[in-house]
Amino acid sequence: MRTVFRFHGGIHPSENKQQSLQTPIEFAGIPPELVIPLSQHVGAPASSVVAIGERVLKGQMIAESTGYISLPLHAPTSGTITAIEDRTIPHPSGYKAPCLIIATDGEDEWQTTRCEPNYQDLTPAELVQLLRDAGVAGMGGAGFPTAVKLSINPDVHIETLVINGTECEPYITADDALMRERGAQIIEGARILSYIINPARTLIGVEDNKPEGIASLRYAARDTGIDIVAVPTRYPSGGEKQLIEILTNKQVPSGGLPADIGVMCQNLGTTVAIHDAVIKGRPLISRITTVTGRSLDQPQNFEVLLGTPLRFLLSRAGYQGSTNNKLIIGGPMMGFTVPNADVPVVKTCNCLLAPTENELPSPPPAKACIRCGQCAEVCPASLLPQQLFWFAQGNEHEKLERHNLFDCIECGSCSWVCPSHIPLVQYYRAAKADIVLHRENHLKSEHARGRFEFRQARIAREVHEKQTRREARRQAALAHNNDSGSITSPSTDPVQAAIARAKARKAGQQKPRSEPESS
Amino acid sequence: MLELISHYPLAAALLALVGMGAVFGALLGYADVRFRTEGDPIADQINNLLPQTQCGQCGYPGCRPYAEAIAGGEAINKCPPGGESTIADLADLLDVEALPLDQEHGEEKVKAVAYIREPECIGCTKCIQACPVDAILGAAKQMHTVIVSECTGCDLCVDPCPVDCIDMIPQAQGLHSWRWPLPDPVSSVAAIIATDSNRGQAA
Amino acid sequence: MAPVLITSPHAHSARSTAGMMLKVLLATVPGILVLTYFFGFGTLVNILWACVVALTCESLALALRRRPLLFYLGDYSALVTATLIGIALPPYSSWWLIAIGTGSAILLAKHLYGGLGYNPFNPAMVGYVILLISFPVQMTSWALPQGPEELPGLIEALKACFAPAHYDGTTMATPLDLLKQNNSLPVDELWVENQQFGRWAGLGWEWVNIAFLGGGLWLLWQRVFTWHAPVTMLVALALMASLFYDGGSAASGGSPLFHLLSGATMLGAFFIVTDPVTSAVSLRGRLVYGTLIGVLIYVIRVWGNYPDAMAFAVLIMNFAAPFIDHFTQPRTYGHRDKPENR
Repeated sequence: MRTVFRFHGGIHPSENKQQSLQTPIEFAGIPPELVIPLSQHVGAPASSVVAIGERVLKGQMIAESTGYISLPLHAPTSGTITAIEDRTIPHPSGYKAPCLIIATDGEDEWQTTRCEPNYQDLTPAELVQLLRDAGVAGMGGAGFPTAVKLSINPDVHIETLVINGTECEPYITADDALMRERGAQIIEGARILSYIINPARTLIGVEDNKPEGIASLRYAARDTGIDIVAVPTRYPSGGEKQLIEILTNKQVPSGGLPADIGVMCQNLGTTVAIHDAVIKGRPLISRITTVTGRSLDQPQNFEVLLGTPLRFLLSRAGYQGSTNNKLIIGGPMMGFTVPNADVPVVKTCNCLLAPTENELPSPPPAKACIRCGQCAEVCPASLLPQQLFWFAQGNEHEKLERHNLFDCIECGSCSWVCPSHIPLVQYYRAAKADIVLHRENHLKSEHARGRFEFRQARIAREVHEKQTRREARRQAALAHNNDSGSITSPSTDPVQAAIARAKARKAGQQKPRSEPESS
Repeated sequence: MLELISHYPLAAALLALVGMGAVFGALLGYADVRFRTEGDPIADQINNLLPQTQCGQCGYPGCRPYAEAIAGGEAINKCPPGGESTIADLADLLDVEALPLDQEHGEEKVKAVAYIREPECIGCTKCIQACPVDAILGAAKQMHTVIVSECTGCDLCVDPCPVDCIDMIPQAQGLHSWRWPLPDPVSSVAAIIATDSNRGQAA
Repeated sequence: MAPVLITSPHAHSARSTAGMMLKVLLATVPGILVLTYFFGFGTLVNILWACVVALTCESLALALRRRPLLFYLGDYSALVTATLIGIALPPYSSWWLIAIGTGSAILLAKHLYGGLGYNPFNPAMVGYVILLISFPVQMTSWALPQGPEELPGLIEALKACFAPAHYDGTTMATPLDLLKQNNSLPVDELWVENQQFGRWAGLGWEWVNIAFLGGGLWLLWQRVFTWHAPVTMLVALALMASLFYDGGSAASGGSPLFHLLSGATMLGAFFIVTDPVTSAVSLRGRLVYGTLIGVLIYVIRVWGNYPDAMAFAVLIMNFAAPFIDHFTQPRTYGHRDKPENR
């Protein structure tokens, strides 16, 4: 039994996980229309490589990556591209962004794809490229491209590979369902990862509220040397930094990466995506999404084609729109609300939550902060949330930074526990954005000042040069009049030298006629 | 001497005061020499906070002259491109009250960049000469264009253009520029009043 | 469909500020009952009248500050302040005394600083100290602890409060006063001489303190506050008392048990020191805060000018709370240094 360590703070919100675990994972079906946002996660948006009216096959690349931190997109099923237009995307802003629209034909016809069941024949670099081409992104949080995460500096040795199967957010059971049903694929994916980065040990951290999942993984991982570690159930144990502390008792340095302490963390859902991409040759075109909440008759886990509109998913789960008060993508702690049900599922949507007002009530107006300090007790980053709140209200950026605002992981524990119902996380998000904006503006203004000062200097120099030229001409004219020929004292001063050159030139052009100048 | 002092308290007081004056004067004089700084650090700090558009809307020929004027006592609310946030920063730095923006010098607008309608450009280079940050590219009798990343949106190129082919295009608010706003105090107060009136009815 | 801009988290614990305040009020009940049993209805009348004054002042202040009334009255903080003042004042106090104390607590100590959450000093203690300094005679005459049959009835108590001229109650020195005035008798003789000392710490007083201890432990169990400040305060007080017990000589400061169960010790430890607004915030800070209050209480009780010291000790430490917080900031995840070192 491996020792587990503890992180500071944490909370125990009601789990609400049983509801969606009553039935096995079910394929959600092919909706008539798929909406595929070109920007699905952090990094540069992909750029479309298909034309309107073109027929695409399942697994065909429909948009290519446009940078290092960027991934291609693939058609989740066969059909016809009907439009490339702005649609509402799953983002807290509720903004519209360019999307590819596919009218599906229901035939689900595959394009031939490349699979590598004997992945050991490939070099790690080739595998990373394969994962990049398959569009594999982190399935847990911000959807960081897996290939980029795996391309670490060769000098850095990864001691520990951590697979994050904690799934600490209430309601979400997508990883739990995967563990129960696809343990072998998870382990295979973990072994591919371990082949790529060659760590000394591979750990899979799972919260101890998933005994079935742990048993299934342990069975699948027998004789592989992969250690399944049951960690105490406490939100946010699934935060990357927190899980690393639980498993290794080391803290990721502020502003640094887990690789700095020899750890790499990958989401459990990502291992399945890696398995599918490498062994089955199946790019990332679907994912497991938990559809739950009391506004649904049958909460359950679906295997969903990317681009499926939420409306389609909700109707598959018996949606009672009249009782629903908001639609949340993600869990109740870190998820965000979306303005309507036409928003599509993207690579990072692990949960769709349709609660009733009774279940997750709208927040009441905030009362005054009484500095009870409960937020500081539960903060997993050991921050002082009440102080940060104070400074955020007063826009005191310097103090916010000195109190390490940027180490906040926005887990929501402080807001959850706050007896005065203060939306603390929103204050921190706004303050962070404000500080970043300030920094950007400052950089811009510094740049502008540099250019302005350079221009001033240039103008001054030009004026000066003009003057010197004029002076030189005058001198030359004088010299011409005085019939000067040679220069007696060559000066080191560039101005003098320029004058001298000008004179010499003039002198060369015209025959000297006067006596030497006494300079 | 001591006796004299104890006999004449007035002399003692006088001596003490003069002595203290001498000591502190010497201290101050030494500090002045020891901690002398070159240039005007306050003006530098102020200049650091100004948006560096060099637009001259404040009435000074550029940001640095305005910074120097502020250091000399000029009002801090004459910079429309900086807007409220710059005024707040200046007030913070100088420990004075933040005033609302002086409308005489213009209004705070969304950040914009200049755009030259190229077919109409006659290549007169007047805008190039006006641009304080060399953000316009072109030559005489050639079409000009704006380097968007360098443009500060100062408006100075708009007036000189003889054919009015320069537009100031506000920068688009998109996904990239979206950010969480601070919780809105007005809406929460409205909510409080709503709950209050509900309770009032119930009571 | 709900508006878009609701930030996460969407779930919330069932706790609320008003709920915490109600629990605090509930936890004072055993102490109030015991006070009433030993000293009669005086305390109850104090509390009721203080609540009326507090609600009136709070409404007035909120109206002047143009704040929605019901929303802010609904946090029950004014009632907590009023109850604490009512308990702290001597039973059978006059209406004007209570009104001045409560009024200054709510108006001066709380709303002048911006209302709940913004006050640097504990309002109840500010009100109490204003009275203690301004009306020392009225503030130091406690009722005689008697059996229920000899105590004045409710009508008498009301008369004492609202028609003080027509009330003639018996008052006496508290055990803390007696110990302070004593400079000739060893402790055990003093106990024998004076019946008011009761078994351990004063007739009635010991039970009052035990009742407040019970209420406080319930609050602790309900996790309304953490153990840090009250426990360190009690431990520091007991330690000081054992250090200077001096074998119970005439110069002794009294036994640890006497200090723990006398005066306002338990009320202070669980209902005043734990006031989150005015105390240190970080857990380590609360350890320091509690310890220093415990030490100060003993110092003022034994060597100071006042027999009981809760209010002064707490107010002095209210001053120090921001400094304590500054020097006890926790180390942030992933940082080597504490924030203030950078």
